[in-house]
Amino acid sequence: MDFALSKEHALLRQLYASFAENEIKPLAEEIDETERFPAETVAKCGQYGFMGVPFPKKYGGQGGDTLAYALMIEEISRHCAATATILAAHTSLCAGPIFMAGSEEQKQKYLPPLLRGEKLGAFGLTEAGAGSDASMQQTKARRDGDDYVLNGAKIFITNAGYADIYIIIAMTDKSKGNRGISAFIVERDAPGFSIGKKEKKMGIKGSSTCELIFEDCRIPAANLLGAEGQGFKIAMRTLDAGRIGVAAQGLGIAVGAFEESRKYTRERKQFGKRIAQFQNTQFELADMGSRIEACRLLVYKAACEKDAGREFNLYSSMAKYLCGGLGSDVTRRCLQLHGGYGYIREYPLERMMRDAKIIEIYEGTSEIQKVIVAGQLNVK
Amino acid sequence: MKIIVCIKQVPDTTEVRLDPVTNTLIRDGVPSIINPDDKAGIEAALRLKEAAPDSEITVLCMGPPQADVALREALAMGCDQAILLSDRAFGGADTWATSSTIAAALKKLPYDLIITGRQAIDGDTAQVGPQIAEHLGLPQASYAEAIRVEGKRVIVKRQFEDRYQIIALPLPCLITALAELATPRYMSVAGILDAYREKRVQVWDLAAIRDTVDTANLGLKGSPTRVKKSFTKQAKGAGQVLRDLSADEAVEAIVGKLREKFII
Repeated sequence: MDFALSKEHALLRQLYASFAENEIKPLAEEIDETERFPAETVAKCGQYGFMGVPFPKKYGGQGGDTLAYALMIEEISRHCAATATILAAHTSLCAGPIFMAGSEEQKQKYLPPLLRGEKLGAFGLTEAGAGSDASMQQTKARRDGDDYVLNGAKIFITNAGYADIYIIIAMTDKSKGNRGISAFIVERDAPGFSIGKKEKKMGIKGSSTCELIFEDCRIPAANLLGAEGQGFKIAMRTLDAGRIGVAAQGLGIAVGAFEESRKYTRERKQFGKRIAQFQNTQFELADMGSRIEACRLLVYKAACEKDAGREFNLYSSMAKYLCGGLGSDVTRRCLQLHGGYGYIREYPLERMMRDAKIIEIYEGTSEIQKVIVAGQLNVK
Repeated sequence: MKIIVCIKQVPDTTEVRLDPVTNTLIRDGVPSIINPDDKAGIEAALRLKEAAPDSEITVLCMGPPQADVALREALAMGCDQAILLSDRAFGGADTWATSSTIAAALKKLPYDLIITGRQAIDGDTAQVGPQIAEHLGLPQASYAEAIRVEGKRVIVKRQFEDRYQIIALPLPCLITALAELATPRYMSVAGILDAYREKRVQVWDLAAIRDTVDTANLGLKGSPTRVKKSFTKQAKGAGQVLRDLSADEAVEAIVGKLREKFII
């Protein structure tokens, strides 16, 4: 067993780190403050291949693997979790299920513009009454000739309004329960599809989160993803894979806060000493650094298990669970090391702390991750 | 057009450590980068290729085996081929031995334009590029801030401290690039993956260039430069601060000091 990154992954990390430092970090404070979607960053991300990392070149992807993708999310999240959210939702939740469950025609049609970054993707599963219990879908899709007609509403949808392609989960046959749920590819300009209110969030404010409304929304029957009744399975498998990226995001947020604190505590003086010279600071950073490394190993393991074609659910849920806690814990403690300056918006700590909380909630709460882990470990 | 860009891998820090015996740089443990001026040269070549897509860019680096990553980075930015000139016999080279080695390799390659960086941030000599041109008998333009290819010639804007010079050179020729010549692009994700999976770095050792070089000009033994002493400069003592002077008095005082030290 060798824990070193391969040469190509090491060079990828170097690329991600310099891109994030130069292109993403300078905007992080502003897009948080003004709740602005960083369209210019997304365009640059497309230019350098960041919008299609873990997909084959024949569909316009970069030919990378899950580890290459996780490294990108980690490095970007160090500086701006909102930008990482945009890329993760696009990659894992939209391009992911099309690649996994789409027909060859659907892949040829939808993946190249998504993966080249010409179009942005989103995923609509959550509803007002269907959060952790995703089986309670109220959005309905009815077959009508060569079309499906969608009615209902989705909430908390990342990239809504800016995305061109939406994966929408809807009930096609309520009598069949989860097996009556189907997945669809809906384009932004589909008749009857509109974007509802934009949510005001605690963190990741630069990412857009809105309601999606379907009123007799008509889409071609060819846009059914997989077969009728497979939608719940497709959604769950999509989330299984997506958790690796979200875990990497929690990890990256923690690393960002940790690095800020290492720097700050070496400069800040109190009682005639740099505060890094106090043992409390040293113990805090030693503890956090150790936890970060443990979580990093788990994220990379989950990614490598997926890349090896093995069952990775256990590891992706463990990683998401622990990295969610890591992000919240490390940002809170790093803010404390900054004292009053940590609480001031001029420093990035309070933003990092607000951003970190979402990792414990979206794409399956920490509690849902524990349900999955317990199930996988056969604890009954 | 066939373009060759010569690059050097340099330590990414100003705190270079020196081997106390040979007075050469210790590279282990120091992060390495492509020398900034050289990277601008890569970008300039890539832009020339964008304007003339049938162009081909070869990137050449002399260095130890770990310089491979600098060449991979150049490939990941979009260069077509890479050659690493690496042999123990090349080690410890000064600018004369380095330019002799690189010129020997260039004699084996087709080219219309050779681009090198102006100077490396570790040695700061600015000699290797011009020496290569001399070895090859090529026209050269150093300190290039802007370049433009017009048919069979290249127009170069050369930067000096107090002026510019715009000159035309016939191809083939050699240009040394300033960092200002072109802001380097990032590597792309697919570029990195291709750089390791599809492209390859050819390694040329002494045997590969033996017939185009006099081996007496190689490596430490072929280097006429003798380093007498290397040291880290110590901070000078505090300067003299003149306070509360009017502008005229200040001029008078400064000019007086300069006269006193026979500087003017």
